[in-house]
Amino acid sequence: MSEIQDSEIPAPRRVRRHALVTRIWHWANAATIFVMIGSGLMIFNAHPRLYWGEYGANFDHAWLVLPRFPGWLTIPSYYSLAAGRHWHLSFALVLALGLLAFMIASLFNRHFQRDLRLRRAELGPRHLWADLKAHLAFRFHDPANPTAFNIFQKLSYVGVIFVLLPLLIFTGLALSPGMDAAWPWLTQVFGGRQSARSLHFIAMALLALFVVVHLTLVILAGPINEVRSMITGWWDVPDEDEK
Amino acid sequence: MTLITRRNLIVLGGAGLVAGCDAVGSSPVGRAVLTRDSDMHHRLQRVIGGRDSLAREYRPEQRSPRFRVNGNANPNTADYNALAAGKFAGWRLKVDGLVARPLSLSLAQLRSLPQRAQITRHDCVEGWSAIGKWQGPQLSKLLDLAGLRDGAQYIVFHCADLMGGSTPYYESIDLIDAFHPQTILAWAMNDAPLPIGHGAPVRLRVERQLGYKHAKFVMRVEAVASLAGIGKGKGGYWEDSSGYEWYAGI
Repeated sequence: MSEIQDSEIPAPRRVRRHALVTRIWHWANAATIFVMIGSGLMIFNAHPRLYWGEYGANFDHAWLVLPRFPGWLTIPSYYSLAAGRHWHLSFALVLALGLLAFMIASLFNRHFQRDLRLRRAELGPRHLWADLKAHLAFRFHDPANPTAFNIFQKLSYVGVIFVLLPLLIFTGLALSPGMDAAWPWLTQVFGGRQSARSLHFIAMALLALFVVVHLTLVILAGPINEVRSMITGWWDVPDEDEK
Repeated sequence: MTLITRRNLIVLGGAGLVAGCDAVGSSPVGRAVLTRDSDMHHRLQRVIGGRDSLAREYRPEQRSPRFRVNGNANPNTADYNALAAGKFAGWRLKVDGLVARPLSLSLAQLRSLPQRAQITRHDCVEGWSAIGKWQGPQLSKLLDLAGLRDGAQYIVFHCADLMGGSTPYYESIDLIDAFHPQTILAWAMNDAPLPIGHGAPVRLRVERQLGYKHAKFVMRVEAVASLAGIGKGKGGYWEDSSGYEWYAGI
């Protein structure tokens, strides 16, 4: 391989990586998540205490008490519970209806079945260990099948799409007294309204962690190629995967 | 190579996005779009839950050990203090506006109407919840006694407590919530007369909405065709003064 002249290095192989539906949802959802976390922290600031159970107020035992989040993290940046709620409740509709549309589309275009289905062999300890070592060596793609998601990608995307986002949506709905009357099971499955509020916060924290890891890996994997593929759909197969 | 600039871009971008949200939120168009949330959720919830879905009711042992007092703890006006000193014997609840027979009811008369008692969860817009038992006549019974006239669309509650030192608290609900079986004018809380901190002599319970809709210290119940003439037109003190949602079911 070392004998190959520079001029003989083939142009990177460009492949179609992400469907249009996936790309639209990715960016709409990225903006929505940004607004939801910022406005959610504003709402949390109105009562920065979390409880387990049905009720919970100042005289009750809080399992978590935090100082207020600073203005550079909240939407709006100044204290306004009313404005934070308008942002949160408007974009909640975008989040929930967007996820539903993405799920339906991804069943029809087989994105879920093709790219996200977890296979038993992938979940074996040997495979997980090999993938972890590959990650630590900054090798994120299987040379034999470079467009396939690796197991950690699959697990995190499946976790976000099928666990975290639905959990955020349903624990959010459980905070609504109108929805609790419409669907009395809502608070019951989460162990009470204040438990739902705590789970809502925990799920938000996990989603924020996902965003941080996701952005870090995009940067490590080659940000221009990765971001381009999520905008245009076309992705260059990394050099080392060709060898 | 691009690592540093890219990280800077992300940080700058993040701060810029927050600032951008402030700009959007304070622009007329942004505000017009963002404040549609109340309306959309109101319609969705009426479709999903229907008119008569019931708020969950709890067992006595599920009540909060201590129920937080919120908002005004005491109107503390000369008129109110005089009423409180007389244990509200001189208090009268006016029911007027678009009604066939305006009413003026004493506390004893309210207590002699058919009663409903319910142990429900009170959810504050700030995020906390407390569970308590409330008892009083259904609002629908009073409205039936007074007889709503054609055109009545909303029920407005005028209160004895002053906000910002001068504006009496006010709130309003639609007729679906006004005639909802759990919508009561509570004069008792946890089997005792309603304490002043919780709105004596009477507070509204409208169980499918957040706490600020549950007007305390109610003095007058008015049937109106439109909210345009009430306060600044958005239907309640917090709606007018701070932009909170009029429909507070979410």
